Amino acid sequence: MNDERFPGLRRRGFLAATSGAAALALVGCGGGTDDSTAGGSGTPKRGGRLRAAFAGGGASETLDPHLANLFADVARAKALFDKLADYGADLSAQPRLAEKWESNKTLNRWQVTLRQATFHDGKPVTAKDVLYSYRRIADPKQAFRAKASLEPIDLDASRATGERSIEFVLKRPTAEFPNVLAAFGAYIVPENATEFDKKPIGSGPFRFVSFAPGRSAVFRRYDDHWDGAPLLDEIEFVVANEESARVNALLGGQVEYAHELNPTTARAHEGKGQIDIVRLRNSAMQAFCMKTDRAPFDDKRVREAFFLIADRQELVDGALSGAGEVGNDLFGKGYEYYAADLPQRAQDLDKARSLLKKAGAEKLKVTLDTSAVAAGFTEAAGIFRDQAAKAGVTIDVKMGSKDSYWSDILDNGTLSCYRSGAMPIEAHLSQRLLTDSTTNATKWQHKDFDALYQQAQATRDKTERAAVYERMQRRLYAEGGFLIWGFADWIIGTARTVKGVETKAPANTLDWARFDKVWLA
Amino acid sequence: MSGLRSFVARRLLLGVAQTIAVVLLVFALTEALPGDAAVALAGDQPDPARIAAIREAMDLDRPAYERLADWAFGLLHGDFGTSLTSGRPVTQYIVDGFGPTLLLATLTLALLVPLGFGLGVLAARHEGRLVDRLVSSVTLAVYAVPEFALGVLLVLVLALKLAWLPPTALGYGTDLLAHPAALVLPVLVLLSRPVCSLSRLVRAGMVDALASPYAAHARRYGVPGARVRYAHALPNALAPAVQQLARTVDWLLCGVIVVEALFVIPGLGTVLLNAVAERDVPVVQGLAVVFGVLAVVLNLGADLVAHRLTPRAGVAA
Repeated sequence: MNDERFPGLRRRGFLAATSGAAALALVGCGGGTDDSTAGGSGTPKRGGRLRAAFAGGGASETLDPHLANLFADVARAKALFDKLADYGADLSAQPRLAEKWESNKTLNRWQVTLRQATFHDGKPVTAKDVLYSYRRIADPKQAFRAKASLEPIDLDASRATGERSIEFVLKRPTAEFPNVLAAFGAYIVPENATEFDKKPIGSGPFRFVSFAPGRSAVFRRYDDHWDGAPLLDEIEFVVANEESARVNALLGGQVEYAHELNPTTARAHEGKGQIDIVRLRNSAMQAFCMKTDRAPFDDKRVREAFFLIADRQELVDGALSGAGEVGNDLFGKGYEYYAADLPQRAQDLDKARSLLKKAGAEKLKVTLDTSAVAAGFTEAAGIFRDQAAKAGVTIDVKMGSKDSYWSDILDNGTLSCYRSGAMPIEAHLSQRLLTDSTTNATKWQHKDFDALYQQAQATRDKTERAAVYERMQRRLYAEGGFLIWGFADWIIGTARTVKGVETKAPANTLDWARFDKVWLA
Repeated sequence: MSGLRSFVARRLLLGVAQTIAVVLLVFALTEALPGDAAVALAGDQPDPARIAAIREAMDLDRPAYERLADWAFGLLHGDFGTSLTSGRPVTQYIVDGFGPTLLLATLTLALLVPLGFGLGVLAARHEGRLVDRLVSSVTLAVYAVPEFALGVLLVLVLALKLAWLPPTALGYGTDLLAHPAALVLPVLVLLSRPVCSLSRLVRAGMVDALASPYAAHARRYGVPGARVRYAHALPNALAPAVQQLARTVDWLLCGVIVVEALFVIPGLGTVLLNAVAERDVPVVQGLAVVFGVLAVVLNLGADLVAHRLTPRAGVAA
C-alpha cells in the first residue's frame, strides 16, 4: 500500500498508514458503529470456545501451511501461521508480519522489515525464517501451490540484511511485489521446520493443541501474538463435507460457525432469528471461458456476440439463487484497480445476431463444458444454453468429471464454465492472461498485452499504474475471452452468540475465516 | 467332516481369487477415471508444470503395471503402502476409518437381530391377522424409504424440531462412544431397511415351516406350540435369514456413505469416497482388499451357519 513514498517520508508515512489500518481493525472488532461486522454490537468479550465447520479434505488433510489447498486448509493455516502481508477487502496487500516494505527506483529490489513477533515457542520471527519459508515453497522438487506466486523473487540472490530485515532481489521490476508477500499459501514457518502434523509451530494468533485429519483441529489462544491475543480461548475446526450436515450442526448448536452454505439455505434462515447469515460479497467470479485461439471464438465478433447473449441477472437469479451480483466481463468487481467506469453490459440479442451474421457464424453450434465442480455450474450452463438459443446459437452442454475438470478445460474444448476465488486483479492478469501464464484458459496471448503488464509492473506511480491497468481492462472488456457474468456471495452461518465476524471480506482475504477478532457473547 | 473341510478350503481359495480380481478391477477402474492424483491435487490451479512435478513426486510417471506390481509386492509383506496425497500409511487410513464403522455396525447388528427376528416371528404367529398386517405393512412402507430421505426426516423431526437428539456427530469423530446420543439417529437409519427385509424373510420362512407336514405332525403328537415354533419351525426360517444377515453386515462394514455423510461420521465409506475423488490409488486398493476379504469371510461364515441349521439343504459351492 505504501510502496512509493519519498525516502525521507517513508517511515513516517508508513507508520501513519499502518496505525490507520490498526485503528480500522479496532473499529472492526469493536463493531459498535461499523456496519462491516455481523451482529457486532456490544463490547468484545473474552473467553469461550468456538467450533467452526468447514468442508475439508478428509483423512489426507495436513497442517503444512504450504500445502494449503482447500478453504479449510487456509482457515487452519491462518490461525496457526502468519504471512508477511495479506489481502484487504479490496484485495490490496496489507502488512502483517512485514512492518513495512520499500523498493528501489527500478522496483526490482525490495527491502522488507519485519515487525517484532514471536513464534509459539517464544523464538523471534527473523529474516532467516522468512527466507527458509520462501525457499521451501520454491523448492523445485516440491510442487507447492505458492511457488508460481513467488516466481518473481530471485531467492538465491535475496538475503537477510539484519535480524528483521530482508532484501528481496527480483528477476524483473514488480510494482505489485506486496501481492507476492500476501500470496495464497505463502506462510512463514520457523527455519528448518519440515514436520507440521505433530506439533506445528507458527507465529499466528492460535497455538496448536490437537489435530485429527478429516475430523478436528483444536487450537488455543496465543497470548503473545503481535496483533493482540485473540478474544476466544479456543477454536476447533471440524470437517463436514455435506452442506446439510453443516447447517444441521449449526441449527442443533453443535457448531457456532458454518462455512460455505447454499443460497437456498441462507434464504430459508435469514432473518428468522435462529442463526445469523453472513454474506461475503464479491467472493467468487462466475464466468464462461471462451478459447480465443480457435474457432469460433478466434473471431472477436463472436466473442462480443456471446457477451451480448448473456442475461446476467437471469444467470445470477437462476444459477446463484440470487446470491450475488452481475458482472461486466471484468474480473475483480470492487477490488483495487477495477475499471468501474465501463458501462454495464446488458443482453442485446439483435446486436448479437447481427454480429454473428457478420462473422459468418449463423446457426453456430458450440459445446459448453461444465461439471458439478462448483455450485451453480450446471445450472448456469443450462440457463446460458437457453439464452443462446434465442440468438440462434445451439449450445450442447457436456458434463465432465469434477475431480479433473480444471485440468480438462485448460487446453481442451472451446467454451467452458469457469470461476475464480478472490485475488488481486494484477494476479488474475499475470496467472491467466499473459502469453506465458500457467493457467491461461482463454488462450489470451498477445505480445502488446504482455507489454502493458510489464509496463504496469515497472511503473512506480500508482495513478499511472492504475491507468495502465485500465487500458488492459478496456481491451478485455471489448474483446477478452472471459464472459464474466457474476460475482457470487460467499455465505456463512453463525450462531447468534458469535460476534465480530467481518462481512466486508471476500473469501481468501485476511478477514475471511479469521477468528482472532471474533468473540462469543 | 472332511467334506466340510474341503468345502471351506475351496471357498477360501475362491475367496482369495475373488479378492485379487476385485483389487485388479478396482485398480483398472481407478486408472480409467479421467485425471490422476496429481490432477486432482492441482485442483483449480492446473498449471501443467506443477502437475508434472506432482506426478514425479508421486512416482505417477511410472507405468501403471509397475506401480501395481510394487504395491502387490508390498502387500505380500503386509505393507499396504502410503497415500499419494498425504504420504501417510494406508493402514492408518483403514484403522482410523474402521473404528466408527465397526462401532456403528456392532450397534446396528445388536439391535437388528432381536428386532428382525422378533418382528418376523410375531408376524408369523399371527399370520393373516391384524398384528401380521400391521407389521407387514409398516415394514414394507419403511423399506420403501431411501436411507437419506429417512435420515433427513429423522434429523428434522427428532433433532431440529424436538431437539431430543444431536443432529450430527460433528466433532465427536475421535470419540463417538463418549457421545451415545449422537449415535441414535445413524443407528436408526441403518436399522430401518435391514429390519424390514430380515423380518419379512423370517416371517416367510416360519409361515412355510408352520404349514409344513412335519410341523402339523409334531402338533398331532402333542408337542407344545412354543416348541414347534422355536425348535422346529424357526431354524428352518433361519437359513435364508442368516445369509441376508451376512450381506447386511458386509454392507455395514464397508461403510454406508449416505449415513456417514449425513451425520458426519468419518468411517470407511468417507475414506473411500475421498480417496476416489483424490485418485489416491493406494488407499482405494487397500480398501478394496479389506472389503474383498470381509465379503469373502462373512459369506463363508454365513454358509457354514446355514449348513449347520439345515444340513439337508446341502451346500452349493
